[in-house]
Amino acid sequence: MVESKNNLKAWLYLGPALILLTIFIVYPLFNTIIVSFKEGYNYFNEDYSQFGLGNFAKILSHDTFWVAMRNTFFIVFVSVPTSLTLALLIAVGLNSIKPLQKLFQTIFFLPYVTNTIAIGMVFAVMFNQSSGLVNSVLGSLGVRDYLINWVGFGASWGRAMTVLLIYTVWGALPFKILIFLSGLQSIDKQYYQAAQIDATPRARVFWRITVPLLSPMIAYVLITSLIGAFKEYTAVVALFGLDTEIRQKGVGTVVWYVYFYLKGPLLANGSVGWAAAAAFVLFLIILVFTFINLYVSKKRVHY
Amino acid sequence: MEITLKKLTKIFQEKDKDSEVRAVDNLDIIIPSGKLIGLLGPSGCGKSTTLYMIAGLLRPTEGEIHFGEEDVTGTPPEKRGIGLVFQNYALYPHMTVKQNILFPLENLKVPKDKALEKAQYYADLVGIGELMGRKPKQLSGGQQQRVAIARALVKEPRVLLLDEPLSNLDARLRLQTREEIRRIQKETGITTIFVTHDQEEAMSISDEIVVMKDGLMQQTGVPQKVYDDPKNLFVAKFLGTPPINIFKANIENNQLVIGEEKVLKIEAKDQEVIVGIRPEGFNVDPKGALTLEVEAVERLGRDISIIARHPKFEGHSIRVIVDADTVVPDSGPVKMNVRANKCFIFDKETKERIR
Repeated sequence: MVESKNNLKAWLYLGPALILLTIFIVYPLFNTIIVSFKEGYNYFNEDYSQFGLGNFAKILSHDTFWVAMRNTFFIVFVSVPTSLTLALLIAVGLNSIKPLQKLFQTIFFLPYVTNTIAIGMVFAVMFNQSSGLVNSVLGSLGVRDYLINWVGFGASWGRAMTVLLIYTVWGALPFKILIFLSGLQSIDKQYYQAAQIDATPRARVFWRITVPLLSPMIAYVLITSLIGAFKEYTAVVALFGLDTEIRQKGVGTVVWYVYFYLKGPLLANGSVGWAAAAAFVLFLIILVFTFINLYVSKKRVHY
Repeated sequence: MEITLKKLTKIFQEKDKDSEVRAVDNLDIIIPSGKLIGLLGPSGCGKSTTLYMIAGLLRPTEGEIHFGEEDVTGTPPEKRGIGLVFQNYALYPHMTVKQNILFPLENLKVPKDKALEKAQYYADLVGIGELMGRKPKQLSGGQQQRVAIARALVKEPRVLLLDEPLSNLDARLRLQTREEIRRIQKETGITTIFVTHDQEEAMSISDEIVVMKDGLMQQTGVPQKVYDDPKNLFVAKFLGTPPINIFKANIENNQLVIGEEKVLKIEAKDQEVIVGIRPEGFNVDPKGALTLEVEAVERLGRDISIIARHPKFEGHSIRVIVDADTVVPDSGPVKMNVRANKCFIFDKETKERIR
């Protein structure tokens, strides 16, 4: 009796969250999967010609999709390890300084509380060809031909991608630093005193004590940031703005590709199906990577 | 390795205020080589601070620390050749027992096979040779303690320092482990300093004890000597279980008077004093000089513990320990004689020992 009463109470507490999750996450997820198999899906009257793999065949033959896939993997495999390493080093550095620690903590955390789009525009200005700060600095450092077209009209993929990566790495740092810093501060100081008495070199202290003791945080940050990087979208839009610009420079990501086909002239001719198919493919990729991640961290993460 | 502390002082600055705390004040101690020394005192007396200064983890505000002839005051901890066992052991949780013990040797670049041999030797010495593959979490408190000692010993330090080594163990393990520490210290012959607030622990295994209070050294010496000849009221009260019995008394005409009763003959000038009598310092005697009001009697087999009252007694209740074959009534007044060598007299103001 008591138990069933408790059960009812538990469901009551869980209710609001469950209802919202169902409406905004579970239903759209399954709906997307279903739509991805509907060939020639008409967004306006929800008609479709048949069930099948047509949408997948279509996107796989699409150059833009492969460009988007390549860019996404590029961002994942460059920005995640880079930001992870940098965040770890910065966190260790921040943790070891005493004066002004709070000030630096705040500075490093600023990107997290600032609007992504606004920062993207600031970046675009900083990397402006003729008047940007970056080129001015390059010029004053004596670099020849320093007026580099980073993000402007006709900028090459390589340069645009460089800026995009710098932007994503920088934007990804604060949260990671925060997690690592709180992890570091929860490590018992006596481990370090014990290591000091045993004359342990700093590099060995870092690799043999700090990293293993921080491994649960590292695993958590790795999984969440991998997922985040696979879904990168705002950075692209914030830096390059218009779809035509993004297409021309070839810097779109898979999620950008999805949004691209959720609007525009082909909505009546099945483009939503392509978007759904692309989203589903990305979902599967993220799923696989997360499982690999969990498997590896189970073996490597201590306690 | 003889350790000399010369006028060692540590002042902690309070963060928010300008006030300062003298955690350790002008400590002058010589710690003889190859002995087991107990730094003893109530919490906050500066004993751990002293240990951490000897380890080099804390920098003295003033004074010097010498290891033998060598002045190590400015030497960083890793160059002092010390092994330190932390209060909560500080074993690396992600490493096995073996990796934990090997860790100090890795830094010394000891060849692998030699290191393994040494690790096994010290693991066997402390009795955890069978547990090399376990993680610290899979060990009991006592076993973790031994791993920590093995890790401290494996690099063969000049000095072994133990911070409250027994405080995290249960009562039975505590007895066993303190014998173990004594044995390991004897076998290795290493100069060992340990910190404790437990006087019984310190007295039972130390070659010498250093009693501290409020950053000041109170008395140092062989445990029995300190117990039998305390310098002041604090030392007398701090050593011994059950604790010493304290009475208000007077000296009149070379007689010690408690209440109205003349208890002992003493050569001193007339004054008000504080008297401490050890629980074992009483004899039940119908012609005895001191009358106590018995409240309860605990017969413990080996001896009898009498709980009693007296109007001049300071504190809750008097504890008297007498032989098991003594005849004691369960309540009412009992006459006692006081043994002079178990009775200490202190100045009422300075609390220093008069006799």
